[in-house]
Amino acid sequence: MTPDGRRTGAQILWEALVREGVEVVFGYPGGAIMPAYDALLEYPIRHVLVRHEQGAAHMADGYARASGRVGVCLATSGPGATNLVTGIATAMLDSIPMVCITGQVHSRFIGSDAFQETDITGVTLPITKHNYLVTRVEDIAPTLRQAFYVARSGRPGPVLVDITKDAQQAAMEPVWDDRPVRLPGYRPDHTPRAEDLRRAVELIDAAERPVVFCGHGVVAAGAGELLRELAEKGDMPVASTLLGLGGFPASHPLSLGMMGMHGEAWVNQAIQEADLLVALGMRFDDRVTGKLDTYAPRARKIHCELDPAEVHKNVRADVALVGDVGETLRALLPAMKRRERAAWLERIRSMKGASAVRDIQTMPHCGRLFAAHVMHDLWRITEGKALVVSDVGQHQMWEAQYYRHDFPRKLITSGGLGTMGFALPAAIGAKLARPDEEVWIVVGDGGFQMTAAELSTAAQEGLKLHVAVINNGYLGMVRQWQQFFYGGRYSATPMRSPDFVKLAEAHGLKGLRVTEREQIADAVAAARASAETCVIDFRVEQEDSVYPMVPAGADLHDMIRRPSPLVETSDT
Amino acid sequence: MSIPPSTFRTFIAYVEDLPGVLNRVTSLLRRRNYNIVSLTVGRTERPGTSRMTLVVEADEDAARRIEANLYKLVNVLWVEDTTRAATLLRELALVKVRADAGTRGEVIKLCEVFRARVVDVGPEALVAEITGTSDKIEGLVDVLRPFGVVEMVRTGAVAMLRSAEVTEAQRALSQAPGPTTPDDDVKAA
Repeated sequence: MTPDGRRTGAQILWEALVREGVEVVFGYPGGAIMPAYDALLEYPIRHVLVRHEQGAAHMADGYARASGRVGVCLATSGPGATNLVTGIATAMLDSIPMVCITGQVHSRFIGSDAFQETDITGVTLPITKHNYLVTRVEDIAPTLRQAFYVARSGRPGPVLVDITKDAQQAAMEPVWDDRPVRLPGYRPDHTPRAEDLRRAVELIDAAERPVVFCGHGVVAAGAGELLRELAEKGDMPVASTLLGLGGFPASHPLSLGMMGMHGEAWVNQAIQEADLLVALGMRFDDRVTGKLDTYAPRARKIHCELDPAEVHKNVRADVALVGDVGETLRALLPAMKRRERAAWLERIRSMKGASAVRDIQTMPHCGRLFAAHVMHDLWRITEGKALVVSDVGQHQMWEAQYYRHDFPRKLITSGGLGTMGFALPAAIGAKLARPDEEVWIVVGDGGFQMTAAELSTAAQEGLKLHVAVINNGYLGMVRQWQQFFYGGRYSATPMRSPDFVKLAEAHGLKGLRVTEREQIADAVAAARASAETCVIDFRVEQEDSVYPMVPAGADLHDMIRRPSPLVETSDT
Repeated sequence: MSIPPSTFRTFIAYVEDLPGVLNRVTSLLRRRNYNIVSLTVGRTERPGTSRMTLVVEADEDAARRIEANLYKLVNVLWVEDTTRAATLLRELALVKVRADAGTRGEVIKLCEVFRARVVDVGPEALVAEITGTSDKIEGLVDVLRPFGVVEMVRTGAVAMLRSAEVTEAQRALSQAPGPTTPDDDVKAA
């Protein structure tokens, strides 16, 4: 710090972050960001040194998902910046507020293909909500203020700020502007029109077979309580998207569970029979709808969504309520009638009963360890209270099916982009955001190996995490598709893994192996009792598949069901 | 042209005059898989504000989504889909056509019919400048083609609503605070 009150750009950067309330950042140093790293030592911000910048982006993402605040990651120019890309795209598709700060080569060298120069604002243009290239020290503070504002307002998303090395090095007397950020072209807030709200209430009151959808927007808006009021007042069942799980308690009698490609049969069947869908904070992703032509053919659709560009995109809404889910629900609730829908709920209950016989939990024990057993037992032992971070693949779907989430922000997973390798780093971010939570990582043997180096980060930071590796020796979801749709030709899906127990031990962490269902409880107890992070290698049934499954592009009611000897005998 | 122009939609977009904004707009259309028929951009009467005229292949639904997506760009100030409005749509073209002593008179006459101006004459060719709708320009090119069109350049369409009234966009822009750049903020503070 210079005695005359002047600060370098690097110092201004950190002071700006402190002013935004940032307490922890995730990053990796390098040439073009070194001035910032040097100044970091003077500021009260915890820095987590990652093992690969992709991890930094996922950690910032996990931190944001767990806390509801803006996550921050930091990388150098060139390869440091490009390594963030997968993490930024992940955050973009799941609408996660994040600010990514990258160093850039000296402004004099921009465009010259200088050492470690990448046009990262160009690269990230389509995968950020907005991005900035800062070449002058005067612009650092106001740009960061805008970046945080854009990242967290409206439909949240990642914002990248690329700062040249000379801007970090130059000094000025900092100017702090505390007025609200004004961006003339940016209108993040929308309010549903009164007329549309009135029509929505009419449709809700008149519906005999409504289904309410709980999307990620409900969680992001903190509107879970209001959703519960809506469901209870209208006696309406609630289905969740993958990212909406926990927005409505799974144990609530009106909860249906997850919808879509791997939703339970009765959930998709209810949607297909519904006469009204009340979609809250979701975007009718193709994994949720199946074939659009035959999707919910009898249902009117009310679509409540913050982003006007999502309305009528995949599914044409009869009533579009563009605005914050919470505000919209507050407007709907007093206007709608309290009523019962016993016949409809009874109809759904009967469908549930028909499906239960196919559930692997109810099948006779055959001595083999299924991933579904692991999820179910983990849910039971942790009383559904753990914060679970799942990776991408079969285990992610089994987690969604068998770990019943009653609380919002207790399931963190990469939904839109489906990024393998997400779970471990995201869990590190989540644990730092909520240190008192019991954090379980559920990850496949494939995804774990993509970012397993972050175990070292967890160890260095002294974090206690629990890693449940659902190890089936295959890239399981791809293997499942090969089994169903590619004639069982297992191309590049069998995968050899290192000894995960020894891998954990090599990091100075605890490692355990489970091969039978009877060992699950003890292993989970041992992991919970352990002082450090524990990796449990669950050697599960190798060629099990996730059921039910709506093949991509098929009708939502056209599901592949679990082959069951019980069903076959009872049906015939 | 294989796609009937009825699927063309015209948008006027006011954007902040900052580096990279044109790239953001074109990148958005590319990424959302819309084909740009033409795009023009230039400064406006307001300092710091540029104006674009975009002609895009799109149906009604796609047009609405394009508008909504353009609004999501932080640097886009206002968007109007003027396809259905009473709009002046103009394009400028320069057409270099073969014209020697024998044919020059005829070529110049045809240009006059289309109210094109002859802006350069050489021994072998002349250059006609025409302003008008795309149809009118294509009409001129059609009649000049038999003489031999050597080269042609077109600007793409610019659009303006006919009404003398202040448009919604202009009203909104005049009420809005000036475009802020980080730089402005520093100066203002």
